Amino acid sequence: MAATRSKKSKVVSYTKWGYIFLIPFFLVYFAFQIIPLVSTIYNSFFENYLSGLNQIGPNFVGLDNYVELIKTGDLLKYTGNTLIMWIAGFIPQILISLLLAVWFADTGCKLKGEGFFKTVIYMPNLIMASAMAMLFFTVFSNIGPVNQMLKGMGIIDNPYVFLDHTKSAIALVGTMNFLMWFGNTTILLMAGIMGIDTSLFEAAQVDGANGSQTFFSITMPLLKPIFVYVLLTSLVGGIQMFDIPQILTSGEGTPNRTTMTLIMYLNKHLFSKNYGMAGALSVMLFIVTAILSLIVYRVTVQPDEY
Amino acid sequence: MAKKKERSLSQHMAAKKTVRYIVLILLTIICLFSFYILIINSTRAHADITKGFSALPGTWFLDNMRNLLKNGNLPVLRGMINSLIISAGTCILSTYFSALTAYAIHAYDFKGKKVIFTFILAIMTIPTQVTALGFVKFMNQLGLINNFIPLIVPSIAAPTVFFFMKQYMESSLPLEIVEAARIDGAAEFRTFNSIIIPIMKPAIAVQAIFTFVTAWNNYFTPNLLLSKTQMKTLPILIAQLRSADYLKFDYGQVYMMIFLSIIPVVIVYILLSKNIIQGVAVGAVKG
Repeated sequence: MAATRSKKSKVVSYTKWGYIFLIPFFLVYFAFQIIPLVSTIYNSFFENYLSGLNQIGPNFVGLDNYVELIKTGDLLKYTGNTLIMWIAGFIPQILISLLLAVWFADTGCKLKGEGFFKTVIYMPNLIMASAMAMLFFTVFSNIGPVNQMLKGMGIIDNPYVFLDHTKSAIALVGTMNFLMWFGNTTILLMAGIMGIDTSLFEAAQVDGANGSQTFFSITMPLLKPIFVYVLLTSLVGGIQMFDIPQILTSGEGTPNRTTMTLIMYLNKHLFSKNYGMAGALSVMLFIVTAILSLIVYRVTVQPDEY
Repeated sequence: MAKKKERSLSQHMAAKKTVRYIVLILLTIICLFSFYILIINSTRAHADITKGFSALPGTWFLDNMRNLLKNGNLPVLRGMINSLIISAGTCILSTYFSALTAYAIHAYDFKGKKVIFTFILAIMTIPTQVTALGFVKFMNQLGLINNFIPLIVPSIAAPTVFFFMKQYMESSLPLEIVEAARIDGAAEFRTFNSIIIPIMKPAIAVQAIFTFVTAWNNYFTPNLLLSKTQMKTLPILIAQLRSADYLKFDYGQVYMMIFLSIIPVVIVYILLSKNIIQGVAVGAVKG
């Protein structure tokens, strides 16, 4: 009896440490995330901006900032831009990554230098996005190496101004996003394929299934949770797209604001101290990303329910 | 007959391999093309760069570096030091406290543990940009504009690093070790520092690289908080370079600036790429 009581009291005293060790995380999270979040929501209900040198507000205006944001059409335009540039990178990314993941996981056809290829394709993911955008800007500028090469080969007479055309500007952003993320996606998908029970592949082979049959009826269905995870986290990442188009176009979204993303728009409001509009935009982005995050959580934690 | 089939199978395999190698080599070229130009042009003088492209490096590397470091408008050295301070601080705090948070969830049983764990996972993918307005305003009130604290301290609460640590503990930290330490009479905090942290070294190493690189590359938040020239980090200086009148700029210096921002990370990556890629794969395996 005495022994059990002393054991019990010991358990209680350890429990305390669980809470104590969580204090730093939650203290910091409260100070640097929760307070800012509440303040952001609060600010979204106020008119508060600089008109020339005059400070307007803060005056409570209810949902006016939200209405204004939607009415001007800017929100729709920048959401569209962001999604288009995300898709421009994501489609080649997912296709190439699936292909490479299947190849790398294929034990029947081992490739030499697999480690080298993985190292190379993952590398762009760690490169500073702003430096990469500056590099692309320089390389694709009017007097940059690409125009020099095209001219040297006699393909064009005058330099092609990549940032003057919507399609080529979007293509540049999409290419950079693709380069930065396809290696990462390949490795995630590969880990997923390697996690599939190999006896399933063997059974398929015995039944005479060819490569594409195996892929569509075994690999893909079993890969679905990871696939959905990749899709959603990439979408959340896409919504945050900033560094690359910001540096590439110097914050202008050239040509004619067609490469202006939602976060570039937010950044603009923050710099011009238009806090009401910045707040309303932030709250909308928060709601969208929070919903997506909850779905990601569902997919990540309960993959067995498929 | 069987032989014929065997031969056609091996031919088929060879063809398959060839296609795969061609695609992989093409992707390698695409990945490395712009870095190749970067390295070549950082070794060439401005006049040569504007004249045309060359596949071979020049001899201007040290001159470009000297000119860039002397450039009064662009405090690159200061920027590197600033980036280094922020990244190192972030890296240390983030890995240590994420391990501590993961340990609290992993090793102890207490009321509300499940709710807390769920909460941390649920907030994992919410981006920091959406609270940037409140963050900047709050830091302004605290007088922390042009200060590194708001760029370093928040990394204590890093859900993704926490998640990785938690997963690593599940696979590599049996609770018996904790129990054994308790019998030895080690206090809980000391157990964590002297027994758990050494066991966690491989996980800490992988996350140290990721958190360091993420902080080194971060542009959005530092750009909102740091306006003093002497406080700016490398990405902010690159943005400044972009918005300057580039036609008047010395291209040798532009390439050198990008080179200095990218190459340290590339070197670290090449040295540790095996661990990094394994780390990415481990993060993908769901718990």
